[in-house]
Amino acid sequence: MDLNVQDVNVRVGDAQLLSGVNLAVKAGELTALLGANGAGKTTLLRTALGFIKPDSGSITLGSDPVQSLPPLERARRAAYLPQIRPLAWPNTVYDVVALGRFSHGANLGRLKGADAEAVKAALTACDIKHLAQRTTDTLSGGELARVHCARAFAARAPLLFADEPVAALDPRHQYNIMKLIREYVTPQSGLKNGALVVLHDVNLAARYADRLVWMKAGRIIASGSPKETLSSERLAQVYGVKARTEGLNVIIDGAL
Amino acid sequence: MLARSLTPVLLMLTLAAIIVACFLGSTPINLERIIAALLGQGTAGDSLIVWHIRFPRALAAFLVGAALGANGAALQGLLRNPLAEPGVLGVSASASLAAACVIYFGMAATSPWILPISAIIGALIATALIAAAAVRTSSVVTLILVGVGLSSFAGAAMSLLLNISPTPFSLADMINWTLGSVANRSFDDIALAAPFLAAGFLILWMSRRGLSALTLGEEAASGLGVNLRRQRILVVLGAGLATGASVSIAGAIGFVGIVAPHIVRPFVRHDPARSLLPSALLGGIFLILADIAVRILPTQTELKLGVVAAIFGAPAFIWIAMQRRSGGT
Repeated sequence: MDLNVQDVNVRVGDAQLLSGVNLAVKAGELTALLGANGAGKTTLLRTALGFIKPDSGSITLGSDPVQSLPPLERARRAAYLPQIRPLAWPNTVYDVVALGRFSHGANLGRLKGADAEAVKAALTACDIKHLAQRTTDTLSGGELARVHCARAFAARAPLLFADEPVAALDPRHQYNIMKLIREYVTPQSGLKNGALVVLHDVNLAARYADRLVWMKAGRIIASGSPKETLSSERLAQVYGVKARTEGLNVIIDGAL
Repeated sequence: MLARSLTPVLLMLTLAAIIVACFLGSTPINLERIIAALLGQGTAGDSLIVWHIRFPRALAAFLVGAALGANGAALQGLLRNPLAEPGVLGVSASASLAAACVIYFGMAATSPWILPISAIIGALIATALIAAAAVRTSSVVTLILVGVGLSSFAGAAMSLLLNISPTPFSLADMINWTLGSVANRSFDDIALAAPFLAAGFLILWMSRRGLSALTLGEEAASGLGVNLRRQRILVVLGAGLATGASVSIAGAIGFVGIVAPHIVRPFVRHDPARSLLPSALLGGIFLILADIAVRILPTQTELKLGVVAAIFGAPAFIWIAMQRRSGGT
């Protein structure tokens, strides 16, 4: 299952949020979306999921235009991990992860067969099995981030769109989450998934992503492997920072 | 497990409460005769009292409480706030305002359907306004303030109607709508509201899975495959129908919709979908019990059910509001 975004323009009022965006996310590929605040990363993610209708251009998820897919079918093709918001109720971890099976018709409290199995596997993969019966209001930020990851994985969708999944996490948890997403994209079982992940940490992106997509002011200005696209000029252009690169490592010396 | 036995336990309590409600009253009838009358084998006098006075009244109290409990649970799930309820959001007040308008203009006599339908229209307008506000703002506090405004407006318009009421007779009629009562309700009154109640319950039941998903917030819920537009319309329609129908039976009764789901939630792991049915049952039990209290309290004039519900419900509302941690939306 691939995502194909072609020549997409999104305009809200006078603001051009996306202009002429082309992007493909393929199975077996982890793509990181990079750019300064307001560059249009979240808008691109939401447009790719069909939440925002583009003014022109086309988006296909698998072989169908995303706008034509019923919400449940779209959710079975692409799991979405939005920026983490507090939960409305102190639900148990198990129930939150079980919500990942929503698009498969699962009812909370009565999970059977494939649903129960997928939830169990996701809990194990994210190492939160021991927290299953805890309520979410008792968890730390790192634990909660893993719960949301598990929720997205439990859907077993071939594509994953994640919006800053490591925001507000300490370095260890950042690496943990990226490792989980990496394993999701290329699992040992051989079945391949694709992921599009918004990140602010260039080092983390260069370490884990197969491809970096650089955005500025609603446009994609570069796209390619970390080796090809990572340079101090690029960092200056995209983020306005003075930076050096050593291989795939980035050292930022300050704002320009 | 606790969650699994909750509904059966509440069902048994409901049954017990209805039997107790048939048992208590100004004419003492013992349990044997009550059960005989309920089974259609009692004396003519017993049957009259049980089937025409006490049972319809208890049933009306149950249905009204169930509608309010289910509505509260559904609206709280949709708005992700434990303080949402038809009474607080001004839905009940708008429904009784619409009913009072019909009485004021003397249209109530033209058809028995006019009153329930106008109450339902009033409730639907109010719920739709709140849902429209919900689309524009993500702040639930704003939403509740819109409800408070709506409630105040309906209250003011109601006062206006009472103020300019031409006859003491229609004045008394309209006051009854604002106070809330199930005294002297017959099966006919219940039958008129029943289709709307049933439709409301059914629609809310259809929306339950989406309510669970909304726990994660609207953005994540859309990601899970919830059609937000459809979800909002379902809950608004269901809550509007059921609230309107309950107001057409008993007038405006507040706070049941807050207290019942609040008690139920911890037993169902805070899942809005699983709280719907138990909240309805508990709301029904509350009103049966409150109505029994109203009947047996030795007061000179019988207290109105809505007054008693508010006397106990409003402090509970304040308590729940104060328990909320800061920082929530």
